[in-house]
Order: sequence, then structure tokens, then C-alpha cells
Amino acid sequence: MTAPIDTGPAAEVAAGLPEDRPARGTLRYALTKVGGALVSIAMVIVATFFMFRLIPGDPVIAYTRDVPLSPDQIELLRKQMGLDQPVFNQFIDFVVRAVRFDFGTSYEYRRPVMDLIGEKVGSTLLLTGVGLVIAVSLGLWQGTRAAWNHGGRFDRYSTAISLVLWSVPTFWLGLLLLMTLAAGIGPIPGMFPTRGMDSVDAPDGFAYILDVAHHMVLPCLTLVAVVYAQYLLVMRSSLLDEIGQDYVTTARAKGLRDDLVRRRHAVPNALLPTVTLVFIHIGFVVGGAVTVEYVFSWPGLGLLFVEAIKGPDFPVMQGAFLVVCIAVIIMNTLADVVYHLLDPRVRAA
Amino acid sequence: MTAIVWERRKAGLGRFWQQFRKQRAGVVGAVILGLAVVIALLTPLISDASIMDVTKATGKDMDPPSLDYLLGTDESGRSVLQMLMWGSRVSLFIGFLAALLSMVIGTVVGIAAGHFRGWMSAGLMRVTDWFLVLPSLVLALVLSAILGGSSFTIILAIGVTSWASTARLIRAQTLAVEARPYIERSKALGAGHWHIMTRHVLPNVAPLVLANTTLQVASAIVAESTLAFLGATTGSTSWGSMLRGARDYGALTNGAWWYILSPGLCIVAVVLAFTLCGRALEAVLNPRLRGVSR
Repeated sequence: MTAPIDTGPAAEVAAGLPEDRPARGTLRYALTKVGGALVSIAMVIVATFFMFRLIPGDPVIAYTRDVPLSPDQIELLRKQMGLDQPVFNQFIDFVVRAVRFDFGTSYEYRRPVMDLIGEKVGSTLLLTGVGLVIAVSLGLWQGTRAAWNHGGRFDRYSTAISLVLWSVPTFWLGLLLLMTLAAGIGPIPGMFPTRGMDSVDAPDGFAYILDVAHHMVLPCLTLVAVVYAQYLLVMRSSLLDEIGQDYVTTARAKGLRDDLVRRRHAVPNALLPTVTLVFIHIGFVVGGAVTVEYVFSWPGLGLLFVEAIKGPDFPVMQGAFLVVCIAVIIMNTLADVVYHLLDPRVRAA
Repeated sequence: MTAIVWERRKAGLGRFWQQFRKQRAGVVGAVILGLAVVIALLTPLISDASIMDVTKATGKDMDPPSLDYLLGTDESGRSVLQMLMWGSRVSLFIGFLAALLSMVIGTVVGIAAGHFRGWMSAGLMRVTDWFLVLPSLVLALVLSAILGGSSFTIILAIGVTSWASTARLIRAQTLAVEARPYIERSKALGAGHWHIMTRHVLPNVAPLVLANTTLQVASAIVAESTLAFLGATTGSTSWGSMLRGARDYGALTNGAWWYILSPGLCIVAVVLAFTLCGRALEAVLNPRLRGVSR
């Protein structure tokens, strides 16, 4: 199957990237980007406030969960939650709290939302971090190999496999892995734990790390499988673009070994757009991580978020949403600035 | 329309078909799609809706595939095969409409951002980038949790969160089209914004929109099934909510592979078919790819 180079959102992002880059000094560029990020964060906060005001029903009723209350008590609660204030005052109050990372109290756990998030953030970072590193290395390596032998067998198979993985819903892949490798099916014994991040009787020290790693195999595998195809396809197409360039022909004409032409000349140039894309797609990875955490009951931010939907536990949802969005925006801004520092073409432009 | 225009269009369509036929994977995708749509449309004729009623279920719970129930039964004894057929209607319907909504928003924003200059374009791109960067699944989850999980809400949630990449693509193409001399000629003859956008730019970006919509349906179906699986939907049975049922009622530990395998395979088949079709369309229609890799 000779497929067209670009696929899905990746290509569109890549197509839209370089044109807007202003020709300014690095510092000014960085400041513009940080300013943009602040605007984005402000937009997230405003959008969150208004989205969560659309909720049908009275927040007091949602909070008290069918406990019978006298009108006086309801009135008192309304006052405590600030619901008797005009919308504008409520908004100001919301912004002040958001800046202080105070997202109120969970309906479900009766604890400050920020404490809950703080407990979960570590395991999410562990899972997504490890998954992302593996996915990026695998995607870049395979994408390079596929593009270098363009049209060859490796190219055809890896493109086909990544297309299939792109079509497989994350959660279903997780379920399949759970069914075959964790629960065990037929002659295959269960090899991996079905849920959670560590065993109940987890030992201390190094053995604990092994235990967590054992729990992490399947969630990580799922995340990598879903995410790496993106990087493969983008790396492949940007390397294909470079192969046609004159400097590659020159390098070959100089008599450099094929391997050197690839490693020293073509790949570094092809890497730049790919690296940016990795960061632009952080949002996509986060979505994958939320699903994976739910499937494998990985005690992270994603699981907290999905379980809040069932409640529904709106303060938790709101807090998790804000934290995730702000984190993603900051990552993207960092990527923009780093890209600017790395790529001399952009700097000199 | 004059006859000559229709002649030209017919010839154009013929050319398109000639080229599309060469994309073997695309043809395979189109055939699978045709089958899926026909089955979804015919389901009410060959199967009774009462099959979805838990109280009227006839089979044993979690029964493996047999002659009576070709794909086994679910946790309350309903036939998985029949649920798949009814589920296909929901999954495809939501997929199509959500993709349509996302395309409409994306095309309008993209053309407007490419056509107008100054603050209008800057503002639109700011919003587009915002949606592009934010985790769309998380945003869609929040929206569907807040608005309730009806089919309409899910369509809205997916459509509103997935248009940004389309807008980017359409804007780039709009900029390319607007740089052509005939647009300048048209302006010199007194064409207004509306005329240029609808009569000149839109027909030129339409092929791209078509190819992109096909790809978008694929991701909308995945998004719907994910939302359903994560419990954000309350509506009728779809492939995603079947898998949710499978997980919640312990199909994993019971080894009820038929209940987990079949809805997933349906999703993969349809999504892959849309992707293959969309890529084939893109290869034929996208000027950037034309002649590059065929």
C-alpha cells in the first residue's frame, strides 16, 4: 500500500505551523509567546466559569445530595457558596480562587479538590512521561527507517500498522490487553495485574519499584501503541521532505556514507517540525492517558476526572479540567520557545 | 445552469472516479462503508427493536456464541449480534453528524480567517489555536457531563471540540487561493467579501473539505465510543456503550471474549474504512499531494 504521506490532524498542524513566525529577537519572541499563553489561560478560566454555570439544577442540591434541608439551611449554604452574589462578583471570586489553585470542596470526598489533585498528579506524570518517552523514541526511529527506505517493505508495513493502530480506540486496545495478558484467556495465564498501580501487600524499597513497573507494563503499552503512530507518520513525511533537498544530494556527492548522510544531515533537520508536533499533540496524549487510566484503574488525575463524571462531582471535574488545560498550554509555550532556540533558520528569519 | 457546465462537471466526476479507482485501499474502504451503512439502514426491517429491551431478553446471561446467538449474549441475555446492528445506527449517526458539525465550523472559521485581515483573522486564529491545543477529549467529557449525555449533546460536544485542525487546513488553502490573480480581477470588478468567499474560495477548498470530513467521521466515531465507554452518554446503545457494559459486568474476568471483541472490531472496521477512504480522497483531491505518491 503506497499511502499519501500525510494523515489526519498531524499533517494539518504541520501545514499551518511555520507561516506565522514573526521575525524578531528571541526574547521578544518568547515574551509574545508567554503573553499568548496567558491569554489562553485566561480564556480557559473564563470558559470554565461559564461552562460550569450551564449545569442544570441548583449547586446546593447537588452538594447536599438529597439530604433534607430546611429553607434556612439552604439559604445559609447559598451564602457560604457565594451563590447569592451577582454573577460578576461570583466570577471575580472564581478567578481569585483559581489563581490561588483553590477549586472548592469535592462533593464526593468532602475534601479540598486541590489536595485530591495533588495526590494523583504524580502517578499520572509517571505513566504519561514514561509512555511518551517510549512512544517518541519508537516513532522517530521507525519513521526515520521507513522514510529512508521509502516504498520498501519496512515502510509499507510500518505505515499500515500505524494506520490500524490509529483506528483502534485506546480503551478497546486496553480491554484486549487486559483480557489476554492480565485476566488470562484459554491457555494463556494472566501475567500482569488487572488494576491499580501497586499491590496491596507491596514491599518497600527496590522491590516496590519493580512492583509498580509490573503494574505499569500494560497501561504504558496501550498508551504507546496509540500515540507512537502519529510520530512515526510525521517523522516519515518530514524526512521525506528533507531527502529531496539539495544539501542531501551534496552530502552524498561528497562521498559520505549513507549512514552519515542520514544521521548528520537529514535527520536533524527533519527532527525539528516533529519535535514541535510532539508538544502540540500533548493534548491528544492527555486524552489517551485519561482513557488508559480509567481502563486500568491507574490512580491518576484521569481516573479521578472520569469518576467525577459519574457523581457528578463538579468541583473535582472543574479543578482537574483547569489543571490539565493550564499544564498543556504551558507545555506548548515551552515547546515554542525551545523550538525557536533550537532552529537557527527560525532565529535568523 | 447551462448544459455545458453540466458536461464539464460530468467529465470532472469521471476523471475523479478514474483516479479514485486507482487507490485500491480507498476502494476497499468505500465498499466496507457501503456495507455498514446498508446494514444500519436495514436493521429496523430485519430486527425488532424490542430486542434491546432488557426485560424481554430470551437468552442466558453471557452465553458464548451458539446457533441461536451467533455472537453470544450480553449480561442480561440479549443477542450481541442484534445489539451490534442497532448500535451501528447510533455510532454512525453520531459520527456523521458530529463530523458534519465540525466541518461546518472549521470551514467557516478557516475561510473567514484566511479571507479577512487584521484583528478578525488574528482573533479567529487565536481561538482556533486554543481549541487545537486543549485536550479535546477532556473538553468533550466536561461538555457532555454538564449538558447531559443525550445523542444531541454528544454530537455537539464532539463537533465543538474537533474543528480546529480543519480550520487550520482550510485557512492555509484559502490563503493560497486568494493569492491567485483571478481573485484580484474579481475584486477589481467589484466583488464583495461574500461573493469572493462563497463563489471563488469555497469551490476551491471544497474537495479538501470533502476529504477531511471523511477522516473526521473516523475520529468522531472513535470519540463517541470513547465518551460512551467512559460513561458520558445516557442515550441509546452504541458500540462504545456495549463495551462499557462488557467492562462493568465483568466480561473480562468471565472470559466473555465475544462481548468485548465484536463491538471493538466493528469500530475498527468502520474507522479504518473511513480513514482509507479519506486518505484516498486526499491523495486524489489535495493539490499538495497530487502526483507525489501514487
